[in-house]
Amino acid sequence: MKKKILLLASLVTALAAVGALATSQHAAARVDATCPTVTDGQLTIGTDNPAYPPWYAGGTKTSKWKINDPASGKGYESAVAYAIAGKLGYTKATVKWTYVPFNKSFAPGKKSFDFDINQISYTPARAKVVAFSKSYYDVNQAIVVNKGTKIASVHSIAGLRSFKLGAQLGTTSYQFIKSRINPSQTPSVPSSNAAAVALLKNKQIDGLVVDLPTAFYVTAVQVPNSKILGQFENTAGQATDHFGVVLQKGNPLTACVNKAITTLRTNGTLKKLQQTWLAKATGAPILK
Amino acid sequence: MVNSFSSGGDGRRSAAIALLSTAVFFILIAVAITHAPGWPEVRRTFFNWGEFKATFPEIARAFLLNVKIFCIAEVLILVFALFLAVLRSLQGPVFFPLRALAIIYTDLFRGIPTILVIAMLALGAPALGLSYVPTSVVFWGIISLVLVYSAYVSEVYRAGIESIHPSQQAAARSLGLSHRQTLRRIILPQAVRRVIPPLLNDFIGLQKDTALVGTLGAIEAFQQASIDTNATFNYTAYLSAAVLFVAITIPLARFTDWLVARDRRRRDAGGGV
Repeated sequence: MKKKILLLASLVTALAAVGALATSQHAAARVDATCPTVTDGQLTIGTDNPAYPPWYAGGTKTSKWKINDPASGKGYESAVAYAIAGKLGYTKATVKWTYVPFNKSFAPGKKSFDFDINQISYTPARAKVVAFSKSYYDVNQAIVVNKGTKIASVHSIAGLRSFKLGAQLGTTSYQFIKSRINPSQTPSVPSSNAAAVALLKNKQIDGLVVDLPTAFYVTAVQVPNSKILGQFENTAGQATDHFGVVLQKGNPLTACVNKAITTLRTNGTLKKLQQTWLAKATGAPILK
Repeated sequence: MVNSFSSGGDGRRSAAIALLSTAVFFILIAVAITHAPGWPEVRRTFFNWGEFKATFPEIARAFLLNVKIFCIAEVLILVFALFLAVLRSLQGPVFFPLRALAIIYTDLFRGIPTILVIAMLALGAPALGLSYVPTSVVFWGIISLVLVYSAYVSEVYRAGIESIHPSQQAAARSLGLSHRQTLRRIILPQAVRRVIPPLLNDFIGLQKDTALVGTLGAIEAFQQASIDTNATFNYTAYLSAAVLFVAITIPLARFTDWLVARDRRRRDAGGGV
């Protein structure tokens, strides 16, 4: 099996090299041949639809992208994706976005994208199935509540235990509720962001746990009269919750993406992009 | 006699051939699947024994919610659908509005996707902000399933009612029974018995559709399986949920077969109508 992968990898590399030679007149010639992509000379990036702020922004809607077109370069993840693409030698014109539902991003088999960037938290179990890049964002969980409700006056994690909490399916927010808050009522775990937001708006749940930048979007746009009750610290000893881009397990492109992310982190690009797109997502009180 | 013996031999031979061809067929499929280049990955992500053991207990606990939902819903469906079917079978121009209402109802609720009905009621009704309206997703999930499945089941009842020969009604009426008595004592007892298999069929459909309630946050078996799958990126948890659903539906299907066979035996014996 390993042999086959190696063979396949070298074949793909060879093909990419040939492709790079063939298109040596174009910008794609700068692309490193040891970083093969699904389509030669093109970087295919996946994300879920709708693409929500502040991860995707600008409000450019197309018939395909209902809230934001990720190709706008606006929003934190769109900007990071283009920054990575730039480091890999792709121009904006040679980056193609494709719709990848979260559930499909980790399905076995050949992937339709080079990497998927969709607020996917790294966990060791997940990393057994797909390849994760290094962190492009260290994430804190936060809890959003309706103003004026009973939960709105709680100031500690222990105080949250007796309430009906919710988190969207597939997020580490749910794991956080179970392991750190350990509530007395079964939490609500809707499949979509839309349903999660509706449950909070209708007061069918008391509090919604989401990552901090999303919490700011929920309070600013999705649920009027709601507020961020607080954020939770990434405690020492526990692995830091972070987002990584997802690639096919064993994809040699992973090393290339990691190199790009390390550069973007050390040269301050990631920090700058966070200030541009996630600046508001910092000043929430910390719940302990 | 000779013929019947030789046909017995043929029967044994065809059985052997059927067995052999079935075995070859499945072995070929199994070989094709297990020799596919992606099989190790598929086995690890869909048929992972470790994952199965790890996820099964919690999913089994969550399955109790499915059982609760379909048991409560089924009782309400059987009553409400019968009411709809009776409305539709009312005769005479006076009852036209009721008949029309029943027809519109069945057309509408058979046409709308169940997931939309659930979303509309479980998220829409509490959004009205009325303090006396329940906010529980499970409560509205049950109501939605009752509304949708009653439309199907009322058609099953109606087919049963219409399968009873009109002469029975004429005979009952000529004996002096009212329309109501005729329906209650003559038509419905026969009609319902005839449609028990399709009723159970719809009951099985209902059991699986309880999973739709999970999409709005209730942690039933399928949603618990989704949580596990999303946590580990391993699909085996869905298999755990499937085992639970199948463990209930297969005995029910065999029970339905048995009911049908019993009914046929009784009819063939000449005891029935």
